[in-house]
Amino acid sequence: MSAHRSLVAIGDLSRDEITHVLELSDRFAEVMGRDIKKVPTLRGRTIINLFFEASTRTATSFELAGKRLSADVINVKASGSSVEKGETLKDTVLTLSAYQPDVIVIRHAAAGAVASATRYTEAAVINAGDGKHEHPTQALLDLYTLRKVMGKIEGLHVAFVGDVLHSRVARSGAIALQMMGAKVSFIAPPTLLPRGAAEGLGVHVSHDIADIADADVVYALRMQHERMGKGGFVPSLREYATQYGIGHQRLRPGQRVMHAGPINRGVEITDQLADDPAALITTQVEGGMVVRMAVLYDLLSDPKVQRGAHDVSAMVAA
Amino acid sequence: MNRDHVLVQRPGPLTSVVIENVRMLDPGAGIDTQGDLVIVDGKIGGDPAGLPRIDGTGCIVVPGFVDPHVHLRTPGREDTEDIASGSRAAAAGGYVAIAAMPNTQPVVDDAQDLARLRELAAEQAVIGVGFICAITKGQLGSELTEAAELAELGAAALSDDGHPVSNAAVFRRALQYQHLAQLPLTLHEEDMDLSAGGSMHEGAVSARLGVGGIPAVSESVAVARDVALASYEDARIHICHVSAKETVEEVRLGKMRGVHVTAEVSPHHLLLVDEDCESLDPATRKMNPPLRAIEDRDALLAALIDGTLDCIATDHAPHGPSEKELPFEEAPFGVTGLETAFASLYTHLVLPGKLPLEILIERMTCDAARVLDLPIPTLTKGATANLALINLETRWIVGGGGFQSKSRNSAFLGAELTGHVTLTIAGGQTAWQV
Repeated sequence: MSAHRSLVAIGDLSRDEITHVLELSDRFAEVMGRDIKKVPTLRGRTIINLFFEASTRTATSFELAGKRLSADVINVKASGSSVEKGETLKDTVLTLSAYQPDVIVIRHAAAGAVASATRYTEAAVINAGDGKHEHPTQALLDLYTLRKVMGKIEGLHVAFVGDVLHSRVARSGAIALQMMGAKVSFIAPPTLLPRGAAEGLGVHVSHDIADIADADVVYALRMQHERMGKGGFVPSLREYATQYGIGHQRLRPGQRVMHAGPINRGVEITDQLADDPAALITTQVEGGMVVRMAVLYDLLSDPKVQRGAHDVSAMVAA
Repeated sequence: MNRDHVLVQRPGPLTSVVIENVRMLDPGAGIDTQGDLVIVDGKIGGDPAGLPRIDGTGCIVVPGFVDPHVHLRTPGREDTEDIASGSRAAAAGGYVAIAAMPNTQPVVDDAQDLARLRELAAEQAVIGVGFICAITKGQLGSELTEAAELAELGAAALSDDGHPVSNAAVFRRALQYQHLAQLPLTLHEEDMDLSAGGSMHEGAVSARLGVGGIPAVSESVAVARDVALASYEDARIHICHVSAKETVEEVRLGKMRGVHVTAEVSPHHLLLVDEDCESLDPATRKMNPPLRAIEDRDALLAALIDGTLDCIATDHAPHGPSEKELPFEEAPFGVTGLETAFASLYTHLVLPGKLPLEILIERMTCDAARVLDLPIPTLTKGATANLALINLETRWIVGGGGFQSKSRNSAFLGAELTGHVTLTIAGGQTAWQV
C-alpha cells in the first residue's frame, strides 16, 4: 500500500487542500515566466509516468512538470513495454516500484486501475485518468483556469455539455467545482447522461441545449467514440452536432467555453469557436503544467515522507 | 420422487456423541427445546450411556444448512477450489449439502463429466455434494443437454449459471423437456445486451464513480420472460441470486398467478449495497449480479421474510489472487460465502432484530433443500444426523485464522462476526469440528 499520499480521486483533497494547490500553481506560474524555467525543488526525486492509454496533453505536461522541478522523469508507455507481453498492471507496478520512484503517474482504460495500483507500491500514485472514473489533475487545472480568467470559482455556473456518460473530466470536474462553491449542470442527450447523475453527483441535469443560457461557462465534452463500442449512443454525429454542438450561435456575449481536448472539430464544438479567444482551450493547456508541478510538489513535500528541505517559497524567492 | 442419490459424500465412520444442555432448534419440524441431543451411529436419538459428551451451553444445534448454488471450480480451476476444500469450507459454515454449478472448464454437460465428478466427490466430499449440469451444451445457449440421462445418473438440477439462456425458443424447449427429465431448472437471469460493459449496479453511485452500470432491469426483464414461459409450459423454474426489487416483484406476481417459481438470495445482497463499492476493490465488492441500492437490499429482506424469496444461497465463487488483483472493471465477478453465510446474517440481521432466527434457519435448511428437491435435514428422532452446532456468543474475524476455501475473496474479509460453527455432522459423519 502506498505510504505516500496519493491522488486517485478529486475527493481525496479537501477544499483547503485544493486552494493550497491552486496557490502553489500561481507561484510556479510566476517561475515559468522567468528566463530560466527550472527550479531544483525535486532534485533527486524520481517520477514514473505510466501510460496505458494514449495521451498528448496529460503525458507531456506531467513530463515537463517533473523536469521543470528537476526530478528524474521516466516515461513508460504500454506499447513497446512488457504490457504488450501480457504483464499485468500489478506486475508492471511492482517492477517499476523496485526502482524506488517517489511518484507513479498512471493512465489506464479501466475504472479502478489507479486504486488497484496503490495496493502494490510504496510510491505516491497520481491518477492521470482511469477509464470513465476520474481525472483529478484535469479538474484542478480547470479550476485554476477558471480562477485565473473569471477571478473566482464560488458562485459560477458551469454547464458540461455532451458525452457525460464516458467523461471522467465531467465527473472529476463536477465534484471539484461544487466543492469550491460553483453550480454544475450536465446537459446531454438522454443516451449519454448516466442514470443517477443528479442524485449521485448533486448536479442539475437537462436534455435541452437551451439551458446553457444560464451558464457562465459552457464546457464542451469530447464525443468518446473509442469507449462507445459497437452501436452508437446517438443516431449520427451529424445529428449530435446539430442538437448539441457548441458554436457562436448558441452562446450569449460573455459566456466562456472550455474543452479538455482533444477536440472533434465540427462535432461538439465548431471550428470557428475552437479558434476563438473566447474559448479557453489553450489557457487550459497552459495551466496544465503548472498545476501538475504544484500537485507533484505538494505530494512530495508531505511532512510524513519529507527527506530533505524542500521549501518552495525559498526556491521561488531565489 | 426420491432424490437421495443426488448427493454424494465420502464414506467414513459414523458419529456417536451427546451434545449437552443445548437449544435444539428445527423450526421446519416444530422443534425448539433445551436439553441433550443424542446421536448414536450417525442417527438422532438412542441410548446416551458411555458416549462422548460436548458442552452445548450458549449454543444452538440446528439442521445443517443446504446451499443450492456454489462453485467448486472443478474441473479446471482446482487451484482456486476443489471438492475437498469447497466441501470443507461448507462444513465450516454449518452446511451439510451443497449443489455445484456446471460453469467449469470444461462445462459439465454430459454423462461422462457428471460421473467423473460424482466419483471425485465419493473420494473427497466431507458433506453431501450434488452436481448441477448445463441446460445447453457448453452453456452456449443453443443445443439442449441429454437431460433425461443426466437425471438418471443423479444430476442435481440443470443450469447455465454464469449465463442466461438468451434465446427464448431454446429456453422454451428446455421447459418442455423438463416434463420428461423432471430436473429443476435454476436460472441466471440477465439480459446480456442491457448489462454489457457493466461492473456494478447502475445508479447514483455508478454515476459518481464512472463505473459501467448493470441496470436492475437487466435482471427483472429476463425473469419476467422466464416466468411467462414457465407459466405457458406449466414448468417449474428457480431464480438464482435475486438482487433487484423489480425482480422481487416479478417473482411475487408469478407466485400469485400460481406459476411454479422459486427464488434464492445471497447473504451479500442482503447485507451490502452499491455504496460499499467506493473502494473499487474487486476481490470483495465485484460480483454478478452486483450489489444494488439500499431500497433493493431492503426489498430483498422483506421478500425473504414473507417467503417471496424462498431461501438463502451463497453463490460461493472462489477466485485466485491473480484473477482479482486487477482493476475493478477488468476483474472477474464473484465472492466466496460458505464460511460466513450464517454468521454474517446472524450478526447483521438477527442480532439487530431485523430477521427472526427461526426464519433464517428455515431459509437456510428446509426451504433451501426444497428448491432442488434435496433431502431435508432435520433434528427429528430417527433421522440421519445432518446438523450444525453453533456457538452464538463467539466473535471471530473473517480470514483471521485463514479460510478452509482455497480462495479468500470474501465480501466480509476482515469483518468481526458473531456466531461460530463448532461442529457439523453431515450424513451421520463428523464433517467439521473446532
